[in-house]
Amino acid sequence: MAKHRGRGMAAINYPIGLNLGGDPSQALVHSNPTGKFTVALSSIDLGQGMKSVTRQIAAETLGIPVDDVYVDTADSDTGPHCMGSFASRGTHRVGNAVIAAAKEARGVMMEAAAEELEVDAGDLETDGKGNIHVRGAPHRSITVKEVAIAAQFRQGRTISGRGIFLIPMSGVDPETGAMKPVTTYAHACLVADVEVDDETGDVAVLKMNSAYELGRALNPRMVEQQLVGGAWMGMSHALYETTEPYYPDRDHGPSDFNEYLMPGPGDIAPHDIAVLERPAADGPFGGKGPGEMCANPVLPAVANAIFNAVGIRIDELPITPEKVLRGLKSQGGAKPPQVPFGGPKPNGAARP
Amino acid sequence: MPKTPVQFRINGTDKAVFADGGQSLLDVIRREVGDTAPKYGCGQGTCGACMVLIDGEPHLSCILLAEMADGRSIETASNLDQGGQIHPLQDAFMTHFAAQCGFCTPGMLMAAKALLDKVPNPTREQVIDAISDNLCRCTGYEPIINAILDAAQNPSRRSA
Ligand code: FES
Ligand code: FES
Repeated sequence: MAKHRGRGMAAINYPIGLNLGGDPSQALVHSNPTGKFTVALSSIDLGQGMKSVTRQIAAETLGIPVDDVYVDTADSDTGPHCMGSFASRGTHRVGNAVIAAAKEARGVMMEAAAEELEVDAGDLETDGKGNIHVRGAPHRSITVKEVAIAAQFRQGRTISGRGIFLIPMSGVDPETGAMKPVTTYAHACLVADVEVDDETGDVAVLKMNSAYELGRALNPRMVEQQLVGGAWMGMSHALYETTEPYYPDRDHGPSDFNEYLMPGPGDIAPHDIAVLERPAADGPFGGKGPGEMCANPVLPAVANAIFNAVGIRIDELPITPEKVLRGLKSQGGAKPPQVPFGGPKPNGAARP
Repeated sequence: MPKTPVQFRINGTDKAVFADGGQSLLDVIRREVGDTAPKYGCGQGTCGACMVLIDGEPHLSCILLAEMADGRSIETASNLDQGGQIHPLQDAFMTHFAAQCGFCTPGMLMAAKALLDKVPNPTREQVIDAISDNLCRCTGYEPIINAILDAAQNPSRRSA
């Protein structure tokens, strides 16, 4: 009886969003007379940071402080339409819609400012701190708040903008079945080190090393945190979580958190993450978004690491101690593959 | 159903309520007191979202009968900031991005406070032990552990 160590890796090519009827999202932006802006969305933030990222995007596009933007996702019945927070589409689709809406609102804001300053709107710029001034003549300046008040009470303008992001529907070629479901892909590679106990069937993840390429990281700390948490969830899906442990048989399924297992704070593995930024051509400020991809590579990497450790291939998740023990039994014990990770290729050619 | 008079101190204020038979302390705190910091996650003592301190000890308020709090002093996450200053733990949770959806956060903060009140300089293992009653779906725990260790090492950290 022994513990066996193994290493596995997985690389993924991950589509951002999908193409159901173009996968559109809308955004509406307007100011009120305090000079603050509201971004109305139906795109729900359930902790992934949708509100923070769209707030940054709106502020950057409008040319005003982040503090002066409020993102309202309160009600998808009354808000502008959004397909939803899924398919890792939020930053990319909604971010682009927010840019479009904020651009239109900025145009009206600059027209209103130009009327107040009696100059041409094309000669104006924002300083990102709540002021609009004549390019090259910063003393000819007006605050965004003053512009908003003038628009509301004197000029009779609504400083507002509409935005939608829609990728033209991609049809399926009836001959070949080919289609182009997405316009941008994120990428990841993850290496997992595990230890398999051949007596208990227990698998412990000892260490993860990963690299994620997700376009420009619009909020680097939030990206990092999403990757840390998402990889934990991937590890949980790989080794712990299931509602039907004997699927399709529904018996023995968990009925509460005592039985629905997840790794606790004592089961986490050190995880070194490298974030690579390759801005997407059609992403908001180059962003794609980590999304579900933060969990995905962990599952195959852990399965491969178990194969590397004890020579058994488990292709049903989660990889429970029971499945490990059954695998070991049918194989006659732990038999790590003779070609270790990084060894010669099956055709005999040496790996670099 | 007969009601039971219950008196306790919550976040420094004395409260008297009539609790229904079988009503949980969590329900009384959220509905009668109006403090919605403790969350209803599972209602059966397995997630930690409802954690409060009773006489300084962490308790799962969803599985405590309200009348068991009679004569006790309760603290919730609503009381962590003092005099306009957030608690070092709250500051550290923000710095370390230790919350995503935030549903576990009020319970995590109280578990952490109970630990630091007793063990000002805990080891990583003691921190893990202290939050092992609390589930988090989002963060992967690492940022929470780091935040608690940071708050312990820098008790003077405050945001103005
Ligand atoms: S709500 Fe009390 S432990 Fe889950
Ligand atoms: S932050 Fe979402 S459950 Fe912990």
